[in-house]
Amino acid sequence: MTPSKPLRWMLVPLALIIVACLLVGYALKYPTDSLVARLITISNVNKALKEHLGLVFVSMLVAVFTGIAFGIIISRPIFYVFGRVIENVVNLGQTVPSLAILALFYSVLGLGFNVAVFALWLYSILPVLRNTYAGIKNITPDVIEAAKGMGMNPWHILTRIELPIAAPIILAGIRTAIVINVGAATLATFIGAGGLGDFIVTGLSVRRNLVVFTGAGLAAITAIFFDYLVGLVEEHLVHW
Amino acid sequence: MIRLDDVTKIFPGQKTPAVKNLNMEIPEGCVCALIGPSGCGKTTTLKMINRLYEPTGGTIYINGQDVSKMDPIELRLGIGYVIQEIGLFPHLTVEDNVATVPREKKWPKDTIRQNTEEMLRLVGLEPKEFKKRYPSALSGGQRQRVGVARALAADPPILLMDEPFGAVDPITRTRLQNEFLRIQEQMQKTIAFVTHDIDEAIKMADNIAVMQEGSLVQYATPGELLSQPVDEFVAKLVGSDRSIKRLHLIRCREILKKPAGFLRAGTPLEEVRKEIENSKIRIVLIVDGDNMPQGIISAGDLEQRTGRVAGDILREIPDYITGDATLRDAFSMMLEYGQSHVVVTDKNDGCQGYITLGDLLEVMKDDDAF
Ligand SMILES: Nc1ncnc2c1ncn2[C@@H]1O[C@H](COP(=O)(O)OP(=O)(O)OP(=O)(O)O)[C@@H](O)[C@H]1O
Ligand SMILES: [Mg+2]
Repeated sequence: MTPSKPLRWMLVPLALIIVACLLVGYALKYPTDSLVARLITISNVNKALKEHLGLVFVSMLVAVFTGIAFGIIISRPIFYVFGRVIENVVNLGQTVPSLAILALFYSVLGLGFNVAVFALWLYSILPVLRNTYAGIKNITPDVIEAAKGMGMNPWHILTRIELPIAAPIILAGIRTAIVINVGAATLATFIGAGGLGDFIVTGLSVRRNLVVFTGAGLAAITAIFFDYLVGLVEEHLVHW
Repeated sequence: MIRLDDVTKIFPGQKTPAVKNLNMEIPEGCVCALIGPSGCGKTTTLKMINRLYEPTGGTIYINGQDVSKMDPIELRLGIGYVIQEIGLFPHLTVEDNVATVPREKKWPKDTIRQNTEEMLRLVGLEPKEFKKRYPSALSGGQRQRVGVARALAADPPILLMDEPFGAVDPITRTRLQNEFLRIQEQMQKTIAFVTHDIDEAIKMADNIAVMQEGSLVQYATPGELLSQPVDEFVAKLVGSDRSIKRLHLIRCREILKKPAGFLRAGTPLEEVRKEIENSKIRIVLIVDGDNMPQGIISAGDLEQRTGRVAGDILREIPDYITGDATLRDAFSMMLEYGQSHVVVTDKNDGCQGYITLGDLLEVMKDDDAF
């Protein structure tokens, strides 16, 4: 018997949460020494996770909205040349290492949550923007022409035709962005914005692998978790 | 009424115009067929009428109004458009595709739903089976029919159709054509449609525009086109079997004959004989309770076959034709079943009468009939 649909959807997130609990539980129960025991406490894990999710959530929210908006703007026919240029710049931007971006902002803007969010936003807007642009540009022209020829107004063509058809590609961009974002957010610790990176950096500096492992593991699980969630949305939205 | 006044279209970066000094008028309620070789400018002409393209020269008028001065969206909402590539929306069900323009016009939901089902039935797609499907789950011909239903949905007074039945099989196509002619009689829409099928043009159109390399070669009624093609090109287009094509110009209902009687299968043969002798028409039709045809009996059958009641000796009717079909359709059906008669039946009113091969020959001889 195959499990019912909602159950099947819950299965992966549940499994991920269990793995995360096991990981933290193990580190709490079997700390390799007193330093590890002091570093890994429930409240520390909670705080880091909260900070991390806060960074990811805020920066992704802004990135999704601005990315889609910019993607739509540069996909308008009047921006034809502009769109191609932006697309290339975006692809290029993607190759700059996240650490370099953070370092850059650190020297210009200073420290703190806002700077970290800004850097993460800049980094994760790229896939969203690029996929929105590509998704809209890839729609067969006759579909748009039919919509136009029947008298749909430009706003309806965008909201009822272009965006829904491009949705799977846009969502794929969001998935990429979220995975990058969760990973890059571990670097926020360098500019004092906390997050799971705290464990990794501290763990590295005091040479306690278990601490590094806990931070990295939680970050990885978070990334898979969100990737799966957006994937579900995608599956739900696309039936054709 | 649509009027094209010296319309020219030169695409940017091209030397030769796609459409050259086109002058043409489609009167209100008339059907105009555009025909000509690939690339001669048919699609371009249609797209200039609903302003998907702007002409580089000349003016297009709809009901006396210059379209370039109208709001393009208002203009297009009043014009049903079937695009050559069909262009169904892949993410919407058949139902939602068809409801596009009514929704744009903010019709009430219930009206839209009823209307959608009506439109699907009109193009021969059973709503129950098809309305929830996505375009990817339809055949090419089915998609095309959804495209036509979508264009018709908001009951626009003007229709532009770019090869609307191109991918439909011949039998369904004939049915759609006849259905179309039937509703056109009531709706009196102004229609411009592109076709590559001269038979379709002759059958469906009041006027045919033959185009070649962007120019209008001849604009005439189907009868004129068949009897007086202006040049070699048009003559080739209409083909050598012109007398058969002429049969498209007359509808079955115009020449059908009433039989000596519409009788039931249980009628005794003596009575059948009496009917035939009394009326001098040598054929009776056998119908069922709904007045649908079951068979045909001619005077000859009465001599050659034996039996007690009409049902024993009737010749069965494999298929029948509607009054809106043309004599050409009737002729095809006779050839197909190897019979010298067809029975004309209307969906609602039942059996109307019959046409024999002799009647067709009579019509073909008499040129004045066209
Ligand atoms: N958007 C466009 N840009 C440039 N040239 C075009 C464009 N659309 C059509 N043309 C050119 O204009 C000419 C007429 O094209 P059109 O599409 O009107 O032909 P058609 O008669 O509809 O042909 P078919 O029967 O193959 O559909 C062709 O030579 C075509 O290459
Ligand atoms: Mg064409």
